[in-house]
Amino acid sequence: MKDEQTITAVQQRLLKSRQGKAKKNEFTGRFIVTVAAIIMIVATISITIFLATKGLQSFLVSGVSPIEFLTSTDWNPTADENPSFGAFPFIFGTLAVTFLSALIAGPIGIGGAIFMSEIAPSWGKKVLQPVIELLVGIPSVVYGFIGLTVLVPFMRNTFSGAQTGFSLLSGVIVLSVMILPTITSIATDAMISLPSNLRQGSYALGATRWQTIKKVLIPAAIPSLLTAIVLGMARAFGEALAVQMVIGNVRAIPDSILEPAATLTTIITLNMGHTTYGSVENNTLWSMGLVLLILSFIFILIIRYLSSRRKL
Amino acid sequence: MELAEKDAVFNIFDMNLWYGDFQALHNLHFSIKKNEVTAIIGPSGCGKSTFIKTLNLMINMVPGVKMSGEIKYQDRNILQGSVDLVQLRKEIGMIFQKGNPFPQSIYNNVAYGPRIHGIKQKKKLDEIVEQSLKDVALWEEVKDRLDSNAMGLSGGQQQRLCIARAIATKPDVILMDEPTSALDPISTLKVEKLITKLKEDYTIVIVTHNMQQAARVSDKTAFFLNGEIVEFSDTDSLFSNPSDKRTEEYITGRFG
Ligand SMILES: Nc1ncnc2c1ncn2[C@@H]1O[C@H](COP(=O)(O)OP(=O)(O)OP(=O)(O)O)[C@@H](O)[C@H]1O
Ligand SMILES: [Mg+2]
Repeated sequence: MKDEQTITAVQQRLLKSRQGKAKKNEFTGRFIVTVAAIIMIVATISITIFLATKGLQSFLVSGVSPIEFLTSTDWNPTADENPSFGAFPFIFGTLAVTFLSALIAGPIGIGGAIFMSEIAPSWGKKVLQPVIELLVGIPSVVYGFIGLTVLVPFMRNTFSGAQTGFSLLSGVIVLSVMILPTITSIATDAMISLPSNLRQGSYALGATRWQTIKKVLIPAAIPSLLTAIVLGMARAFGEALAVQMVIGNVRAIPDSILEPAATLTTIITLNMGHTTYGSVENNTLWSMGLVLLILSFIFILIIRYLSSRRKL
Repeated sequence: MELAEKDAVFNIFDMNLWYGDFQALHNLHFSIKKNEVTAIIGPSGCGKSTFIKTLNLMINMVPGVKMSGEIKYQDRNILQGSVDLVQLRKEIGMIFQKGNPFPQSIYNNVAYGPRIHGIKQKKKLDEIVEQSLKDVALWEEVKDRLDSNAMGLSGGQQQRLCIARAIATKPDVILMDEPTSALDPISTLKVEKLITKLKEDYTIVIVTHNMQQAARVSDKTAFFLNGEIVEFSDTDSLFSNPSDKRTEEYITGRFG
């Protein structure tokens, strides 16, 4: 009788200490993840605020007209008389490489995704998955280097319109390869996660595989497929290094895709080293950074909108 | 070979099926008659779904399936040689356990089958859609929102939409694999009423776990056990006077 009592007492004490420990662990765990979350939020907010204040200085302090900045095609910030600050060619260049590379990589990526999920699910994924991972793993400077060594001379020798080979098209091609893995892997996940009863429903009605893909699966996956493309575009317009190495970096809007161009990111990377902090030119580079940030917010909004339209 | 029954849609003869090395169906031998409802009952894993999927060869989508014997449909063995799957599945529709409408408009769901089988005129499609939805008693409920997404319908409505989608291709046979197991009692009743009505125009094969349902809707019942047919006869006699001990045990709920 007495023994039993002591045993239960011991058990209770053990239980209590375990509960106490659990409580402590609970608290530590919560503390760690909360701090992590706060660090992320604070970092994001500080970067945004910093970029906004720096980016607005060229307009508020240096007196550059925002209209001129966004619409003029004259970029000559170091001219002794009448320096001009038209960043439109670079905004144009950024949008052009982004949309054109999505135009190339989108269909190829989605095609590859459909191949992996519908045509050859067993070995297709085994072959393409490592290819995708490899493409992701290659650093962007290597892409640029390959573009510079292979693509630029190829352009120069193949197209009479491409005098130097440095061109918008070269940038677009390099970017297409770089965003292909993003688009393909997200699109593949989208196709694979479609419920299999959609396929069955279609086949059971006598549909062929192609009809099923075209009329049931792609329409069902379209919001996710668009998200894949938009995420690819988000990667494309932020890329600087590889593009800078092949695009030519001139200050004018190109007349054709075979002519050189420049993007916001390439201009920033090229000029940030030799402008002095606080100078007008330096400030306008910050403004370009701000434009990039705003563009990326727009991309995020588009992705949000597309995801909310997902029905399945 | 045995003489095929005359008014049979399917004559199944000495049919076996393997998933890899595992034999899931053994020596099946029976006929499914025109304009009758044939119910397939039996405990879980006995091969009901496997069997019903062989009738429209949906089973071919499972890798590693082997079959032997005969399923005679329109005087030819669909288990041998190359079969025109498009035509076969146009004639033999299928309803799944859970309603699986496409995430498209109600109209496009019903028009899907006719469209892939070549009907393009809007007027013709309109007619088919209206008639099919009327046949499943869904027309009144959805006629004002044919363009809205089918995923917004209730579970029971979705299942009836899938039946409408299946009959829109004007099949001869409708296969149903536990069509009401995900539905509430009222929706179940509606589907059962529908089955009784559809019987006039179609041959129906239905897999069900619900013995009352089999008794209510079917003319013939086949009792499957471990991939074999234990008993196949008129529904009334199978339930009131089973000839096999195992059938009796199953329908009285002593196992399964
Ligand atoms: N794709 C498959 N590969 C291998 N074995 C399978 C496959 N599908 C089914 N089987 C096996 O075949 C047997 C019959 O399965 P089936 O799905 O036809 O049973 P069922 O009678 O429909 O059962 P339930 O009432 O649970 O739906 C089971 O033993 C099952 O494990
Ligand atoms: Mg089953």
